[in-house]
Amino acid sequence: MRVDPQNGGPGSAPRKEAARQNGEVLLAVDDVSLSFGGVKAISHVSFDIRKGEIRAIIGPNGAGKTSMLNVINGFYHPQEGTITFKGATRRKMRPHEAASQGIARTFQNVALFKGMSTLDNIMSGRSLKMHRNFFWQLLWVGPAQREEIAHRRRVEEIIDFLEIQHIRKTPVGKLPYGLQKRVELGRALAMEPELLLLDEPMAGMNLEEKEDMSRFILDVSDQFGTTIALIEHDMGVVMDLSDRVVVLDYGSKIADGTPEEVRGNQKVIDAYLGVAH
Amino acid sequence: MADGVAAAIARHDTFPKLLLRNADMRGERPAMREKDLGIWQTWSWKDVLDEIRAFSIGLAGLGLKRGDKIAIIGQNRPRLYWSMCAAQALGAVPVPLYADSVAEEMAYVLAHAEVAAAVVEDQEQVDKLLSVASEVPSLTTIVYDDPRGLRDYDPEHLHAFEWVREKGRERLAASPEAKGEWEALIAEGKGSDLAILLYTSGTTGRPKGVMLSFDNLVISAQNGNRFDHLDESEEVVAYLPMAWVGDHIFSYAQSYCAGYCVACPESPETVIQDRRELGPTYFFAPPRVFENLLTMIMVRMEDAGRAKYKTFHAFLGLARRVGEKLLNGEKVSLTDRLLYRLGDFLVYGPVKNRLGFSRLKVGYTAGEAIGPEIFRFYRALGINLKQLYGQTEASVYITMQPDGEIHADTVGTPAPDVEIKIAESGEVLYRSPGVFLGYYRQEEATRATKTEDGWVHTGDAGFFDKSGHLKIIDRAKDVGKLTDGALFPPKYVENKLKFYPNIKEAVAFGDQRDMVACFINIDLTAVGSWAERNNISYASYQELSQHPQVIEAITGHVDQVNRDLAGEPMMAGAQIHRFLILHKELDADDGELTRTQKVRRSFIAERYGELIEALYDGSSEVHARTEVTFEDGRKGMIAADVKIIDMKVHAPAKGAEPKLAEAAE
Repeated sequence: MRVDPQNGGPGSAPRKEAARQNGEVLLAVDDVSLSFGGVKAISHVSFDIRKGEIRAIIGPNGAGKTSMLNVINGFYHPQEGTITFKGATRRKMRPHEAASQGIARTFQNVALFKGMSTLDNIMSGRSLKMHRNFFWQLLWVGPAQREEIAHRRRVEEIIDFLEIQHIRKTPVGKLPYGLQKRVELGRALAMEPELLLLDEPMAGMNLEEKEDMSRFILDVSDQFGTTIALIEHDMGVVMDLSDRVVVLDYGSKIADGTPEEVRGNQKVIDAYLGVAH
Repeated sequence: MADGVAAAIARHDTFPKLLLRNADMRGERPAMREKDLGIWQTWSWKDVLDEIRAFSIGLAGLGLKRGDKIAIIGQNRPRLYWSMCAAQALGAVPVPLYADSVAEEMAYVLAHAEVAAAVVEDQEQVDKLLSVASEVPSLTTIVYDDPRGLRDYDPEHLHAFEWVREKGRERLAASPEAKGEWEALIAEGKGSDLAILLYTSGTTGRPKGVMLSFDNLVISAQNGNRFDHLDESEEVVAYLPMAWVGDHIFSYAQSYCAGYCVACPESPETVIQDRRELGPTYFFAPPRVFENLLTMIMVRMEDAGRAKYKTFHAFLGLARRVGEKLLNGEKVSLTDRLLYRLGDFLVYGPVKNRLGFSRLKVGYTAGEAIGPEIFRFYRALGINLKQLYGQTEASVYITMQPDGEIHADTVGTPAPDVEIKIAESGEVLYRSPGVFLGYYRQEEATRATKTEDGWVHTGDAGFFDKSGHLKIIDRAKDVGKLTDGALFPPKYVENKLKFYPNIKEAVAFGDQRDMVACFINIDLTAVGSWAERNNISYASYQELSQHPQVIEAITGHVDQVNRDLAGEPMMAGAQIHRFLILHKELDADDGELTRTQKVRRSFIAERYGELIEALYDGSSEVHARTEVTFEDGRKGMIAADVKIIDMKVHAPAKGAEPKLAEAAE
């Protein structure tokens, strides 16, 4: 029997091995640079994300982490370099194209529809997958009804998965922050993404909420096989969760590798602790 | 042979036999419900029999046999209830455990009961079992209900519920005799057999395994059903810990006897919502649940609009005046009757609906004393809430309140078939068909509790009042004396304090001391909401607990309790002289409460020794440092300056010489 879930994150060992063995690249960032006017946000960064892994992007404040995510999901367009997703290389892509190709994300500051219920918010994540047009949905008969029921079932499975049954009908604006984050994750999951981008999924959470969230992230990776790229400040979380870590500082990549490798990297230590000049 | 089996089964003296009867007599009626993906799923008695039969035969295939113990761990799930019956059909004995116990607590019980197998809810429980596997060598098989997160586990000793059931189905399909053989196993079971091992949470020492036979449970359940006229049309919600005797009687034994339907909530957080959707007709809850519901309603009403607020309180006043009389069938004027009808339409009906009590026939509370105000509130709304007094060792029932004879401060008359006597010391003793067989592998403890001729010591002190109703004042061993000889029943004092919504928990001290002093825990929901309304900001429980205005409010409550105590001849000496508000909530994780939320007095006395000292040495403030355990098992320290408040003591009511009555000495 496999004993001990306490150290190293429950269920992590076999899954990580599988991810490491599986070397297929899902997304490759190649020599990407991005600037706003004269400010260089990202300069000549390259890294890849392999299928099924949990990839962390870390770095001090202003290192260009969120910009990187925005480049990946097509919100920003890099001046130089290319992004290759599922074999297709591109330079420019609209966010909704990224979404329909299987990239979903959550935001640093929760971006939900505050007045809508948890259920409706997650349901909105299904809208790209709805095929009947507005009038069919309005009539809600025959195929439109069947379609909605099928989608609702999927959403209920996500609610069950994230253990938020008790807030199913609560407007999300009334929920505590930790739960809102969970709903946001639910909405991203509703898109059944191949690549899930999480922008500081644990910012502002207490220890217990962080542990819950870590558990859900691992379960998502486990159960759905979703590839995950996350930005996070809590180093404990990053080291426990991720298979590989890329470190940015002032828009440049300074390290890339397993958590152990990155932890020992002198450049990373300097970037975080500062260097005496 | 087949006739012999049929005759044995027709005796209906075990739960598997009752299951066969129910599937036969009322096969299409609902037996179990569970909310899954937001929709209520229902199993009829026939479906339940199918599930249990297949699973039971599957378990037999894994080697489970007569006399084996099988642990059941998890929240209330249909499959866990079915596992109990599936095990009993084979002659194995289920041992339900509290789902929230930590691994070490579980290890003791599992090893003591020598369990051979365990049926558990999910990964959390599997992890706990695996982490103590080395301490429980007898445990060879684990079956889980929810496969989530368990994919990467070594499957050798670990099986999904579905897999075991499928094995059973295969066996049933492959051999035509399998069904008959299974029924023959059921027929071998007798009423006098051990049915279940229930480990009591134990306010002191290690938990003890109470052995209850099928006769104990079936007769008690039938008596309970008859007493309240319960039949197959009832609906109950199973939400209390499965390891607790109350849940075992209400959600299992009585259901199998009467054939009524048991519903499992979607998750522990959705119980209130689920109950509202189902509208149970029979309901049981410890006083805490009723207190929480009342607090929830009152807090919400504080935020309601003016018109609603006024209407609510106006009709609540009316209900307090006439509601109980109406429920008891007493005389009430026509105007009041009509007004009450209107109130039912405008206020009581909607409130009951919100609580999920619209269809309630009878509700029970037990385990601890309930605040008279709280008790009357529910009765005034027309909810037939009653009290009973029971114990695991008695298969619950010792006394119950018959309809029409309900008093807030007594626990009723002896339940059917129960004899009660009061010992010299004031301790209550009983004898009944529900009396347990003994404590598992603890003969000495059994002898100390159960006499040769079947009388059981409850350990509670009490007396019968003039109308023949039992009144419990405290644990017999806890009733102490002050140095001046005055009687000191700590729980009696604590309960008076806890009846205030602001006070969640209280611990009184005074035995062998010259005065009574007390720890108080504020209720974060009630006090927090009050603070919000009064623009009092606070960062933590700790800070709120020491806020001057909070202390002032609590001082008011303590003073009122002292007045009440002064008014009772026997209790005037037990007035509270000094108290402090604890800087942390008492918590089962820190060992301060039992898993059923009862205070562990001796442990607290040890842990907070310096605070108690400060209560008695006259200081006005004390610095406390306390270790706390977080939910993930890690430990930390909290420190705080805790204020100590001196109280005024009231003179005893006129003509009330402090003398010891028959109740307790």
